[in-house]
Amino acid sequence: MAEEMRIVLRNYGKIDPLKIEDYIAQGGYKALEKARSMDREALIEEVKKSKLRGRGGAGFNCGQKWSFAYQAQADQKYVVCNADEGEPGTYKDRLIMENDPHTLIEGMAICAYAIGATKGYIYCRGEYPHLVDVLNTAIKQAKEKGFLDGFDLQVRSGAGAYVCGEETALIESIEGHRGEPRFKPPYPPSEGLWGKPTIVNNVETFANIPVIVEKGADWYASIGVPSYPGTKVFTLTGDINNKTFFEVPTNTTIRELIYKYGGGIPGGKKFKAVQIGGTSGAFIPEELLDTPVAFDNMAAIGATLGSGAVFVLDETRNIVDVVTRIAKFFEHESCGKCAPCREGTARMHEIMSKLNSGKGSAKDIETLSRLGRVMSYSCLCGLGQAAPAPVLTTIQHFKADYNAKLV
Amino acid sequence: MKGYKEIIASYADVPGGIIEAYHAVQKELSYLPEEAIFEAAKVFNIPVSEAYGVATFYSMFSVKPRGKNVIRICESAPCHVAGAAEVVAALERELGICMGESTPDGLFALEFTECVGQCQATPVITINGKPYLNVSPAKVPKILAEYK
Repeated sequence: MAEEMRIVLRNYGKIDPLKIEDYIAQGGYKALEKARSMDREALIEEVKKSKLRGRGGAGFNCGQKWSFAYQAQADQKYVVCNADEGEPGTYKDRLIMENDPHTLIEGMAICAYAIGATKGYIYCRGEYPHLVDVLNTAIKQAKEKGFLDGFDLQVRSGAGAYVCGEETALIESIEGHRGEPRFKPPYPPSEGLWGKPTIVNNVETFANIPVIVEKGADWYASIGVPSYPGTKVFTLTGDINNKTFFEVPTNTTIRELIYKYGGGIPGGKKFKAVQIGGTSGAFIPEELLDTPVAFDNMAAIGATLGSGAVFVLDETRNIVDVVTRIAKFFEHESCGKCAPCREGTARMHEIMSKLNSGKGSAKDIETLSRLGRVMSYSCLCGLGQAAPAPVLTTIQHFKADYNAKLV
Repeated sequence: MKGYKEIIASYADVPGGIIEAYHAVQKELSYLPEEAIFEAAKVFNIPVSEAYGVATFYSMFSVKPRGKNVIRICESAPCHVAGAAEVVAALERELGICMGESTPDGLFALEFTECVGQCQATPVITINGKPYLNVSPAKVPKILAEYK
């Protein structure tokens, strides 16, 4: 069985996050020094070879992404950190920033050097105002120590819009606009913030970088599942004994997360379902619990790793009630730019509410399935494409709950 | 108390700084008065429609006057299954207002929010951004007393 392993949370509880000396005493900013002594292409190659894939949900090879921005010719490039974690049940990025802000700053500074960026932004969700102070203090300290020479890093606050976790919507928001996603391509590494090549990575992704540079790509690539190596931070919520977080290698199974780390279901009740990756994730039944949590293994069972939120439901929970709540979430968070999402999420919530109040028919379930399928390929961004997943996967795995509510 | 003009002016040189400026105005006034939106349009050199569009896009901004202390209750799935509805009922009862309203004395505003990222201890409410964890109906009066 996989044991807990802390890479991004390596300094959790060991340092005073507001003292840069503590971070330096743990070997902090050595990786940045090493990176800056390396050739840029060799550095990007090393990150590529580590097979680190984005921890924000899309799972793109990080070094590959960096190489696109490195190759782009421009008078200005940007590094942006997506700290807008809005997936319900997720607080991993908060843990990293609260307990070890310098690991994020160091990761971003390494990226800036690699791609040739001189400016950077941390886009921190509006729900974390205390973190803005933590980050600003840490940036000031890093500047005073000379670690950020040639790299101007600033913090920007979100203001309560889930869609801003989508990288182009986030970019729009930094620019001071409504956070509506852009049409892609062009992708941010070629045209991002203010039209310039931009790398947007998640907090957890950046936090991996200093360790990869320090210990080498081969070391990192050997941890967990080869196609998605390293660790992942999981946050456990719902009907689970240990409502807490764990960082584990990616070959850990869902069952281990729930029973070994999570301590199982409280009150001697039976497991019913688990939703992984946030509120847009699939609901997973008992028979698929032995799946490793790595990106491709999850995709193979029609699920996602997403943000690493683990939301457990016991046998007493009504799936239709929970999914109706989730459908309301998406109706509220849809930005309204594209019709399939704006209309689709509203209709989805409407039909789910009808079913949940015992007024729905079998035909409604059919309509929901069709609507969900259409949304999954016709919506502009990931929000609308993923919004139907909880509905579709619960119709697939928990049809009995739906049938029990029919007229 | 600084006026909105002064606040917005201090962000004039920040690229894309309108959102930061709105946050700062709300910190003083708890909402974005119409004049502040007109002022922001002028300072950031954008049409008023756009400045208004930004103000109404983000759920943390309010273009209507609201109570000084903004209470937000998470209703995302993890808080939902942990009993957020009972906390909502307790808050409404204690304050004598419904969700989306403000108390007549202007002290409190009651709003729904989605996940605030404190899911280790659900249900969660925030007051002016400060999280309160494992909230139960019984804890509500004591929490509110801090702000009275």
